[in-house]
Amino acid sequence: MIKDVEQQQGIRSQRSGMNDYLASAARSIPPSGIRRFFDLVSASKDSSIISLGVGEPDFVTPWRYRDAAVYSLEKGKTQYTSNAGMPELREAIAHYLHDRFQLTYDPAHEMLVTVGGSEAIDLALRALVEPGDEVLVPEPTYLPYSPISTLSGGVPVGIETFAKDQFKLTADNLRAAITPRSKVLILCYPSNPTGAIMTYEDLLPIAKVVEENDLIVISDEIYAELTYESRHVSFASLPGMRDRTIVVSGFSKAFAMTGWRMGYACGHPDLIAAMLKIHQYTVMCAPIMGQVAALEAMTNGMEDMYRMIESYNQRRRLVVQGFRDIGLPCHEPQGAFYAFPCIESTGLSSEEFASRLLLESKVAAVPGYVFGRGGEGFIRCSYATSVAQLMEALERIGNFLNKLR
Amino acid sequence: MNELQTKILDLLKEDARLSSATIATMLGAEEAEVSSAIEEMERDHVIVKYAAVVNWSKVDEDKVTALIEVECSPERGHGFESIAERIYLYPEVKSVYLMSGAYDLCVEIDGKNLKEVASFVSNKLSTIESVISTKTFFILKKYKQDGIIFEEFEDDHRLLISP
Repeated sequence: MIKDVEQQQGIRSQRSGMNDYLASAARSIPPSGIRRFFDLVSASKDSSIISLGVGEPDFVTPWRYRDAAVYSLEKGKTQYTSNAGMPELREAIAHYLHDRFQLTYDPAHEMLVTVGGSEAIDLALRALVEPGDEVLVPEPTYLPYSPISTLSGGVPVGIETFAKDQFKLTADNLRAAITPRSKVLILCYPSNPTGAIMTYEDLLPIAKVVEENDLIVISDEIYAELTYESRHVSFASLPGMRDRTIVVSGFSKAFAMTGWRMGYACGHPDLIAAMLKIHQYTVMCAPIMGQVAALEAMTNGMEDMYRMIESYNQRRRLVVQGFRDIGLPCHEPQGAFYAFPCIESTGLSSEEFASRLLLESKVAAVPGYVFGRGGEGFIRCSYATSVAQLMEALERIGNFLNKLR
Repeated sequence: MNELQTKILDLLKEDARLSSATIATMLGAEEAEVSSAIEEMERDHVIVKYAAVVNWSKVDEDKVTALIEVECSPERGHGFESIAERIYLYPEVKSVYLMSGAYDLCVEIDGKNLKEVASFVSNKLSTIESVISTKTFFILKKYKQDGIIFEEFEDDHRLLISP
């Protein structure tokens, strides 16, 4: 007995700081590189800074959706909803996905409303990944996939994509990364940060590799509505891919509802059931006011959405032309609201470039290296900002480049 | 009105100072095409004028605006056209609309003060022969005009950098 106590005390005394209490997985995931840059930008407290670093729409949520939420609050709709989300919202999402992307899901068993697309990604990875499983992540990419895989004991495997391929994932690159432990492939197209899209023809060979290697795909299609030259093709709509794919999407980007945290996941009923279990224990349900606003967006909000997309497209053309005019090569982003110009010609690293651009020319853009492999040599510039600000920013970047040359 | 012209109007109505080159880039069109579409719309008086939207309450100048409901009897052969013309030719009249409903013309007028507006109504407007009656409503505050909200508020609450 005494020995036991001594042993326990022994263990305690080995812990010298609070970090020692942390689970090793939590300790091992790196802090977000974007956060570091955020601190640099906020520290300057300079109101003349134009930020192209914002990953969200510059539109406020259309009044129609806000009004629906306000009205429901007045009526006292403040309760939990069913775990999977309000049935009428799931019905509406099912109709929407069918109309827009030829996807057919049973709203009762194949769909789950989540707290943002982020929760859906977390649930999907937690439901699928076991210690040692490899999660294939085409990069440069949105940040959370790798850290969340690590938290589940998985091993994230970055697959570099290249400007020469318009940052598309190719079957060869995918094949080269596959090992016997490969289990999950993440697809995030239209892509944050590159603006790349994958067409039906691009996805077909990927589907073949997925099938051959018995992979499961988490397809993050949050930017699905934001494509400008062709309609988005959902990976789940490819032959044989529906049951191998968890489609993740949400209202943040296309419907300008970032702060509401409204997302959803669709997939095979067994996968959704597993995700629903985790969702029940962790968040119960997505907030009802967000669900009400999302329902309004689904049922009466398409016109507002089209108007916003048209406006992004105009600004996209302006920004891509602008970068080319000032001598920064920029592949044509066909989706999302980011341009990803190449800054290699300046001889600076993306971090040096972004820091100096911020300090010397008061323009904030996110250095490409934070988005993983293949991001170095580029900067991410969001064009979800007013035309006047974009034009001013382009002029400042042009002057900055002239100073460097 | 073709699709390009409609899109140009949508952009110009938000910012009349956009150059043809910028508009062309934004719409994925040729600059010459945009310039000639704008010229055509100017010639046809589709685009009547490029003017600033001013929030006059910020200008240190006394100014009142009133909306006047005017009931009048139409003239044979001319309807309301010649009465409307008699009214809109006054420089203090900013706008004149023919209305459906309880009255006929809605007249918006600017004056330095209440007295000036009152004097216009009693001396000029009411004395026009076919004018039967007028009701004057003074505008106390403008919140929104031509789709533009005047209230000052921080319209970008976003974090400067987000993933």
